[in-house]
Amino acid sequence: MTASLDRSTGDDTAMLDSFARRHRFYPFEALPWIVAVIAFFAFSDYLALLAQILATIIFALSVDLALGYAGIVTLGHAAFFGAGAYTAGLLAANGWGEPLTGLLAAAVAAGAIGFISGAVILRTSGLTLLMQTLVVAAMLYELANKASRLTGGADGLQGMQVWPIFGVFKFDMFGRTAFLYCFAVLFLCWLIVRTIVHSAFGRSLTGIRENVQRMHAIGAPVNRRKVLVYTISAALAGVAGALIAQTTQFVGLGVLSLERSGTILIMLIIGGVGQLYGAFIGVPLYMIAQDRFATVDPVYWYFWIGLFMVLLVLFARGGVLGVWARWRDWSKVRK
Amino acid sequence: MGSKQLNWTVVPVLAAFAAIIPSPTVAQTIVKIGVVNSFSGFLAAPGDEMQKGIDLYVKEHMKDLPAGVTIEVIKRDDGTSPEVGKRVAQELITRDKVNILLGVMGSPIAAAIAPLTAEAKIPLVLTNAAGVSIPRISPYVARVSFTQWQTALPLGKWAAEQGWKKAFTAVSDFIPGHDAESAFNKGYTDAGGQIISSVRFPTNNPDFAPFVQKAKDAKPDVLFIFVPGGTQATAMIKAIKDLGLREAGINVVSTQDLVPDEELPNMGDAPVGLVTAGNYSTAAARAANTTFLAAWAREYGPKSTPDFFAVGGWDGMAAVFDVIKQSKGRFTGDEAMTILKGWKNPDSPRGPISIDPNTRDIVQNIYMRRTEMQDGKLVNTEFETIADVKDPWKELNPPK
Amino acid sequence: MSETASAAISVAFHGVTLGMVLYLISVGLSVTMGLMGFVNLAHGAFAMAGGYVMTTLMNRWSVDFPLALSVAVAVVIAVSLVLERVLYRRFYGGNELDQVLLTIGLIFMSVGAATYIWGPLAQPMRPPELLRGQISLFGRSLPAYRTFLILCGAIIVTLLWLALERTRLGAQLRAAVDNLRMAETVGINTSRLFATAFALGSGLAALGGGLGADLLAIAPGYALDNLVYFLIIVAVGGLGSIRGPFLAALVVGVADTAFKYFVPELGAFFIYALTMAILLRFPNGIFGRT
Repeated sequence: MTASLDRSTGDDTAMLDSFARRHRFYPFEALPWIVAVIAFFAFSDYLALLAQILATIIFALSVDLALGYAGIVTLGHAAFFGAGAYTAGLLAANGWGEPLTGLLAAAVAAGAIGFISGAVILRTSGLTLLMQTLVVAAMLYELANKASRLTGGADGLQGMQVWPIFGVFKFDMFGRTAFLYCFAVLFLCWLIVRTIVHSAFGRSLTGIRENVQRMHAIGAPVNRRKVLVYTISAALAGVAGALIAQTTQFVGLGVLSLERSGTILIMLIIGGVGQLYGAFIGVPLYMIAQDRFATVDPVYWYFWIGLFMVLLVLFARGGVLGVWARWRDWSKVRK
Repeated sequence: MGSKQLNWTVVPVLAAFAAIIPSPTVAQTIVKIGVVNSFSGFLAAPGDEMQKGIDLYVKEHMKDLPAGVTIEVIKRDDGTSPEVGKRVAQELITRDKVNILLGVMGSPIAAAIAPLTAEAKIPLVLTNAAGVSIPRISPYVARVSFTQWQTALPLGKWAAEQGWKKAFTAVSDFIPGHDAESAFNKGYTDAGGQIISSVRFPTNNPDFAPFVQKAKDAKPDVLFIFVPGGTQATAMIKAIKDLGLREAGINVVSTQDLVPDEELPNMGDAPVGLVTAGNYSTAAARAANTTFLAAWAREYGPKSTPDFFAVGGWDGMAAVFDVIKQSKGRFTGDEAMTILKGWKNPDSPRGPISIDPNTRDIVQNIYMRRTEMQDGKLVNTEFETIADVKDPWKELNPPK
Repeated sequence: MSETASAAISVAFHGVTLGMVLYLISVGLSVTMGLMGFVNLAHGAFAMAGGYVMTTLMNRWSVDFPLALSVAVAVVIAVSLVLERVLYRRFYGGNELDQVLLTIGLIFMSVGAATYIWGPLAQPMRPPELLRGQISLFGRSLPAYRTFLILCGAIIVTLLWLALERTRLGAQLRAAVDNLRMAETVGINTSRLFATAFALGSGLAALGGGLGADLLAIAPGYALDNLVYFLIIVAVGGLGSIRGPFLAALVVGVADTAFKYFVPELGAFFIYALTMAILLRFPNGIFGRT
């Protein structure tokens, strides 16, 4: 299955075949995009929420890259999400409202923070690593709060003016442009993540996640790989944050909060970790459930969403994808 | 085994989606009122009060609506977060298609929502958020509650007039806190006082002891405090009591947010002697207040107390009702704003109020109150009235 | 008395009080995580429950402070035993992420339930007559109740440490934290030990929540708002340790108070920076083991 094996036989066609096998697009992978297109037409009143769901899926993908593929348990990914959001927000609030360059700047800023913090903390593991990720996000939160002249502090960043995309597509309250914008960016990010995951680098990550000692033993540069994937994950999270900032034209301190880090983790766990599509299932499920609960019971909805989560973990281990995999295995055995 | 698990996953999901099914509409003029309030987060307690005021007005005055007109009130939680508040307001406008917005607890949340009202031309009647510049963000915002400048500036002046030469200010670090601080400073220093030091603390602070200790150690004649009403107020009172500020000879003054009538029963005797400036006290003796209190007791029981948050909600809904009555239930955003700009209510539980057509902000009486024990209960007794106060900040800072 | 010395005493006093309360609540979490390897993020909810039961008894039925506190602790111990058997037990030794999902779900439920039963306001807590007002110490007046808290905390901590060193249960606990499999081999009933440790930890949390109701307000968001501090104390102190979290709690309590007093605008930033620095130097916590 690996290219190196094929190379040893000197057979180029075999190598191309295995490359094609690895990167083949299965038909079911078109499903999320078809659903999104249908949603655009069927739920035209809900486009603002749907756009936010799409952007949040990018965020969940970034966490999946770090957690599901490299085994880095993080309760502080909001640090990168928020860094991206504030970068895009500050640009738009201070005269440069071009959205695409804003996204790029956000990715660079968040990636830089990911790189620096990753280099420092990724040597640890377990609870300590968890706490370090949490603390990095918490420190950024306090800094953003303190720099209130710049960021608006607890009041939030006012006065963002995001320019129309390519000078043509204006952002309005109804969310049409926002939806299409997030859709396009999600598609690109998904392609990136998918390529990484299916590459040799991606498989070395799986090695790191499953058996770190072995990876060290075979001389793989474990720490460097971890920092690299953490940086990429941070950049993606930054893109998601920037999207949210640009489409809502507002950035509040909540983008850096523990609650943001916690809920994205929850959404990913609900969908299924380490299987690329967990993000596509968990995020809409949670966000729509939360929206419905909050509408039906605006005062006590926390209770219902908590109950939903407890029931899920009791009866649907491994998230929706986990249940799906077990059902598939069970039905295969039956046959 | 597998299918049982699948069933269980499906059940909560289905239950969640079941709520999407919309209810059938009736052939009448329905005015949709979107209420954005805080039901969770650190402003949840005063949010609850405000909602009670809104709901009570609807209950008492439903019959006053013109024939063939009814209302639908849609409530949404902003979680004390500006970004959530902005999103739910957006959804109320685009999805639920409300005709008018009512709310909001927190100033940052109101400031985030205000630009939407301009884009959608939907009016927003502010029932609490006190940030001074919010009505300037959009021409579709009108306020019926109060601003911190209305209460804190006269308070600063009054404190200086007591001969208290040195002051220390301690406020929460967000829009209302900054407003209160600037307003008190202006009133106090203009009347000859000197601010010796100040501190700003995080909005959702659990324990005020370190900050109050710092104030105590600075030995001022008067300590001016601002915290949002609710849990923060109670925690602050506790710190003041625990650290013995009164025994140390420090006079404590604040805006009404420190002693909301609803929280007084929980504060023991700690607030006795506090002087505050505010727009409403349950102890006020006017007829409109007596009726209001009676209606309140009927609906919520004798143990429940309204406070200025509730009155803000009550008066806000009164304004909305007047808009509906005058327009027979059909109005555009501009028509509603015209009605709101000239709105007067002589029978509010807090005294006569009106909206200034130039600034779209509230004009009302401000009362100096002292917290006292009366018949074993704490009340805020009004001892001085300053009539028809317009928002001083807007007078001092005309729009460019 | 000089201003800096006065300020230092104020800060030390309030800081130690806060540290004591935080310790009482967090020590149970340290034991649970170290012993069962279970990430119980909902631990704060037990402290909150203790606070709610105690204040409800005191405020609605005028029960005396000591009795109300004892009943609160007993109730929370009972509830935690049931929860452990019915819910938590299924996830021991399991996937960490499942534990995270479960316990965050429980926190959310606690927020909603508390709002429903008691409303969004913080529960008032009036200490008994004996402990109100000020007392004079070190040439200044200090709050009496907080002095009582420090004394109380010191006594409970000493009892706890004695129990760990001198009793059989303590020995079993230490053995199991050191090496679970060996402990089982020598005949220690680990599942009963887990249940006992969990109940004790939750009981201590309830005690901390009740005693500390003055400092950490009993409101629906309690478990979420204070989670970070509990986790910091456990991580910095070292999992499974009882002494470690004590030092960590004191450091956190004093540092937090000091920063709030001297640089209130930057607030918690320095606590987090301090935590990061300590964890970089001691990756397993100050008293932790690998």
